Amino acid sequence: MISLRGRASDFGPGQHLDRAVWMVVDRDRLTPQRHGRAYKLRDCEEAPPGFGLYLVDDARFAPRDGAWIALPPLLRYVAAGDVISASESGEHVRVLWRAGSPNNSVLLTERCDHYCLMCSQPPKERDDDWLLDNAAELIRLLPTSTPGIGFTGGEPTIYGERLIELLRLCRNLLPDAGVHVLSNGRRFANFGFARSWASVDNPRMMVGIPLYGAEPALHDYVVQSEGAFEDTVRGIVNLGEVGQRIEIRVVIHQQTAPALPEIAEYIARNLPFVEQVALMGLEMMGFARANVKDVWIDPLDYQPELREAVSLLALRRVRTMIYNHQLCLLDRELWPFAVRSISDWKNEYHAECTDCSARDRCGGFFFSAKYKVSESIRAIPAAETQAPALLSLGR
Amino acid sequence: MSRFRGAEAFAASGDDWQLLPFRFERLNGRVLVTNMVGEHLVLSGEDFEVLATGELPADSDLVRRLRAKQVIKRSGERAPLSLLALKARTRHARLAESTGLHIFVVSLRCEHSCPYCQVSRQSEDRDRYDMTLATAERGLDMTFRSPSRSLKIEFQGGEPLLNFGLIEEVVRQAEVRNRDEGRDLGFVIASNLALLSDEVLDFCARHNIHISTSLDGPADLHNRNRPRPGRDSWERAVDGIRRVRETLGVDHISALMTTTKRSLDRVRDIIDTYVDLGLRGIFLRPLSPYGFAIKTKSYSAYDAERWIDFYREGLGYILELNRQGLDLTEYFSTVILRKMLTNVEPGYVDLMSPAGIGIGALVYNYDGSVYASDEGRMLAEMGDETFRLGHLEVDTYESIMTSEALLAPLEESFALSAPMCSDCAFETYCGSDPVYHYATSGDFLGRKSESDFCRRNMAIFKHLIDLYENDEFARRTFLSWAGR
Repeated sequence: MISLRGRASDFGPGQHLDRAVWMVVDRDRLTPQRHGRAYKLRDCEEAPPGFGLYLVDDARFAPRDGAWIALPPLLRYVAAGDVISASESGEHVRVLWRAGSPNNSVLLTERCDHYCLMCSQPPKERDDDWLLDNAAELIRLLPTSTPGIGFTGGEPTIYGERLIELLRLCRNLLPDAGVHVLSNGRRFANFGFARSWASVDNPRMMVGIPLYGAEPALHDYVVQSEGAFEDTVRGIVNLGEVGQRIEIRVVIHQQTAPALPEIAEYIARNLPFVEQVALMGLEMMGFARANVKDVWIDPLDYQPELREAVSLLALRRVRTMIYNHQLCLLDRELWPFAVRSISDWKNEYHAECTDCSARDRCGGFFFSAKYKVSESIRAIPAAETQAPALLSLGR
Repeated sequence: MSRFRGAEAFAASGDDWQLLPFRFERLNGRVLVTNMVGEHLVLSGEDFEVLATGELPADSDLVRRLRAKQVIKRSGERAPLSLLALKARTRHARLAESTGLHIFVVSLRCEHSCPYCQVSRQSEDRDRYDMTLATAERGLDMTFRSPSRSLKIEFQGGEPLLNFGLIEEVVRQAEVRNRDEGRDLGFVIASNLALLSDEVLDFCARHNIHISTSLDGPADLHNRNRPRPGRDSWERAVDGIRRVRETLGVDHISALMTTTKRSLDRVRDIIDTYVDLGLRGIFLRPLSPYGFAIKTKSYSAYDAERWIDFYREGLGYILELNRQGLDLTEYFSTVILRKMLTNVEPGYVDLMSPAGIGIGALVYNYDGSVYASDEGRMLAEMGDETFRLGHLEVDTYESIMTSEALLAPLEESFALSAPMCSDCAFETYCGSDPVYHYATSGDFLGRKSESDFCRRNMAIFKHLIDLYENDEFARRTFLSWAGR
């Protein structure tokens, strides 16, 4: 687990930072760019002049002139190429971007019109438009060659056209970046909005939309909102009609696990135009912990349904992936579908994993697995790793 | 947690269910229900009663299953209707393309003398039974008039290799025309391979031509079915298949078998022969009621029931071989499974509605006559010109495609408005075959209760559903066949 926010251990007294978002540079990666750059000082290093902000690990080495922040121990990993945001005084620091990570996901809002039983990031009903502004600043600071960026929430589409503007900015400034946006998809039921989305005209953009049932009752219950299934399905169809790339995400928990085959069948017949389907293990965070008795299920207990769902999709050429599953809990023949999907900053392995022959291929655990995890986690002996799959799916 | 509402709060509040179009069929105590576009579910008798009597509760497992398959909906819901519309449009998308298959009967001559020959081949008189270049060129004019983005030209006979010079010329001219047209153009030669020379193979390799051949099974069966001078039809076919595989590639050869009375007990031998030759699939198909098959009583030698047993045994054996790790496909089942398990209409001419005649395939006979299907010209060789749409010398594309000879059978046989078909649970898996029904019962529609076409197909549909529902390995295999 890597911390992404913290309180400065010290900061320049009475300072007022003139901007919120900063790209970190240091003496090894120093360019003529000064705008929006925060310089990270090594211990004892003489501060070069001209930066709006200096970062230090230890307040003793703070520069004499200019604004500065002494990073808390958990954020001292921050290095050149990373992007942070800071409150006006410098007291509160967030890491928006880690240059060394393949999983950079940018939070756009914590507001959401759903209230999912297992939400790992419970919604907060307060104005947080500044997150959107920060995201735009982040995009402006990132190198043109940035390979990928994700946007998440909350529900990003609550911004409507302002989200579209952000995505347009992203296409124009980061032309090589694969762009992934997580959304509940409801707003796309409005065909005008789907068209607006398509007008961004970015072939590298994909939207990930969750589906938790093959009919309204189950999906609406899981997301705690009437009419959600109807809107989401119509939204997906609208996006398909305007030729957009769509990923469907199904989080597997106690309520959805028995319906997996039905959901898979529904997608294969009604939404076969989606680019991929991700069947996802539960992250024991936020509401999932509050609702543990209604959502927890041991992955071992839904292997038959998962196998059936993967057959129903993959054999009909719908690209199917399994996220967030430890290989020791996954049917051997499902291994080829497993993706190492857990973001590096919340990824862990357990003591049992030390001797596991499949560790290198395994996605490991969410940090939050410490709250609840299958009791069947085990090291897989080498002979089992090498055994061929029982039946080759999608041959 | 009080912030969260229970599942019951999201179940439909009332019981104002609306029925969407569905059809049903009883299957040993259970009931098969298919929705408007052919998605199926199997209900218990009691559940079906609940649906049929309109006494559905606000929520139940049954209600959820019916909603997921768009059999019922709530009054305000629009998604189920737009999804059904989307799927129906997808299923019929091929109609807008119109004729993709163009069959050139380049010669009616053949050096085989099969008693079951369905096209009534001739043995001599080159001038009379070979297509001329002028006729073939008119056939090409007609071919390129079709709006279809993909065009497949199939050379048939008789034995088309007896007029190979014409094939070469048609292929060359078609390719030249296609430089401007830019269609997805493909060629197939249907040949018994007895006359396959290296020169022919070389030409096929250079022009990416596919070969379709006849293989009835093991040597003794094949050679009895397919006599030729030297009694070596099988040996020549097998040698030909081997050479085509090696020169053109495994995906450029397919073989068709014809089921005769002698085949019925030997389905495993037949399949073994295909497997041994490295063929990737087999098409288990019955004999059609045309040509010599009628004259020599081959057709009436066995009934639909006997053929269904043959098919079931064959499919079971093919699944058994798949279970052992062999990748072998049964193509007739695959056509049906695509209709059953996907929204794609496979475009198999004998199993389409509207029928595949004319709009699925056109046949240019050696003498310039145009027929609505291969079976239509078989019938004509027996003296019945019902499905003759015109002649390449006098008719235009417009006059042929709007001729009464085409439109009347298309309209009269359309399954959705045919008695017993319109309310059949399998309608979307099936098709209408006006030529077959005309040949067997004298009208385009046919009487389904007496139709072997209907009997055979119904039995196959039921068998496939039964396997799909009750046998996990069969289900997976079927999904993979449907998905390729």
